[in-house]
Amino acid sequence: MIRHLLSGADLDADTATQILDTAEEMAAVAGREVKKLPALRGRTVVNLFYEDSTRTRISFEAAAKRLSADVINFSAKGSSVAKGESLKDTALTLQAMGADAVVVRHPASGAPHRLADWVDGSVVNAGDGTHEHPTQALLDAYTMRSRLGRLAGLSVAVVGDVLHSRVARSNVLLLSTLGAKVTLVGPPTLIPVDIAAALAPGTGVCYDLDTVLPSSDVVMMLRVQRERMSDSYFPSAREYARRYGLDGPRMARLPEHAIVMHPGPMNRGMEITPEVADSSRSTIVEQVANGVSVRMAVLYLLLGGNNR
Amino acid sequence: MAYPPAAQSSPPRQPSVKVILTSADVQRVVDRIAHQILEKTQGAADTVLLGIPTRGAPLARRLAARISAFEDISVPVGVLDITLYRDDLRRHATRAVGPTQLPAGGIDGMRVVLVDDVLFSGRTVRAALDALGDLGRPASVQLAVLVDRGHRQLPIRADYVGKNIPTALAESVKVTLAETDGVDEVRLYGEEAGR
Repeated sequence: MIRHLLSGADLDADTATQILDTAEEMAAVAGREVKKLPALRGRTVVNLFYEDSTRTRISFEAAAKRLSADVINFSAKGSSVAKGESLKDTALTLQAMGADAVVVRHPASGAPHRLADWVDGSVVNAGDGTHEHPTQALLDAYTMRSRLGRLAGLSVAVVGDVLHSRVARSNVLLLSTLGAKVTLVGPPTLIPVDIAAALAPGTGVCYDLDTVLPSSDVVMMLRVQRERMSDSYFPSAREYARRYGLDGPRMARLPEHAIVMHPGPMNRGMEITPEVADSSRSTIVEQVANGVSVRMAVLYLLLGGNNR
Repeated sequence: MAYPPAAQSSPPRQPSVKVILTSADVQRVVDRIAHQILEKTQGAADTVLLGIPTRGAPLARRLAARISAFEDISVPVGVLDITLYRDDLRRHATRAVGPTQLPAGGIDGMRVVLVDDVLFSGRTVRAALDALGDLGRPASVQLAVLVDRGHRQLPIRADYVGKNIPTALAESVKVTLAETDGVDEVRLYGEEAGR
């Protein structure tokens, strides 16, 4: 069993499938009278968040609590980090407190990898810069599998700001491991040259959304990350929405069974219209619920046994 | 000067394997437990059979089939995976979690009969009792096992026992069933060939 979950590439097909299968059992807990399992009693999970996050932090917190772990929430605001403490010193503090797992979100790409060298516990990457967000990819894969029944052979279009998207990177890595065919779609300024070949061979790139839609089983809309954009990557928000936004007429071009995903938070009217976001094809709310089950599975598989 | 041949110094002990129950025996034992359940529960009304994986699950299904053959009553059957409730999770590499399937009617207010193949330390049953408590509130819980081999480490006993097998701690009991292993049999392995 793996010790850390830092990248979508850490998971081979068997391990990823095991996580998805375990998540299915964990999902059953949500429907029970007592929504709690004793598997991680006495373990401590630290949520170390250097970046704002609502759903990921709450999702990890709910997952750890449902497994009976103790949860310590640490956000950079209002902590010693504001006084200038380094990541390493913070890591050593957590280490001294006996953290069995550290769930870390950091604006710097690669921060969780560094952290993994400094602490004895397991490190889970909850999003680092513009690099990776593996648990999001797992919950997306879980959502696709539960809606469409399989992953192998699916055509998945990942649309939008690929350049800044950790969700896109982790998804490409994980989905291609699991046999899906991913096509990255967006304006050329937001799709790095050679990214497809660098991440996973077989990944396609297309600059025109309309040609991809009729053959897609899944359309994953990415958020346009205005906070990470210092330069202008496209002329105007309206033009972006016109060319790469998913609206009703575009959705109608999808095959009957196709689903629409979005990792949230959405810019309604920018990359996705409310009509699409609230349609029955949209899995956006499901993705949040599935996130808890998948993170329970990840925490259980990392911490449940003696994997040292 | 030569070393004496190895066989002379210590003759290899034969690993002892003893068949305790044959296929026909297992069938008879299952039939008897089915009758006992019917007798003790006065017709098996409001009763649910929950098998503990791996081999408790097919045993529970067989018991339900026999009960319905004898008395024409359909007893709900489920599967109770106890992995997440084990007390030795941290002593081993992470164990895979199996499915738990409760009958549609649930277990609230029902008489739950837990079904397992071998009763040994009693720790599995303790875990199952904990799991049941999180799933609902049964009216009562009973335990049916194919084999009781003794050496309890907890104050737990079975209500229905297929066969009591006195064993030494170093011996091991292996139950195989047609559904999971291709053949119905209970074997006792000596100290050598265990697990």
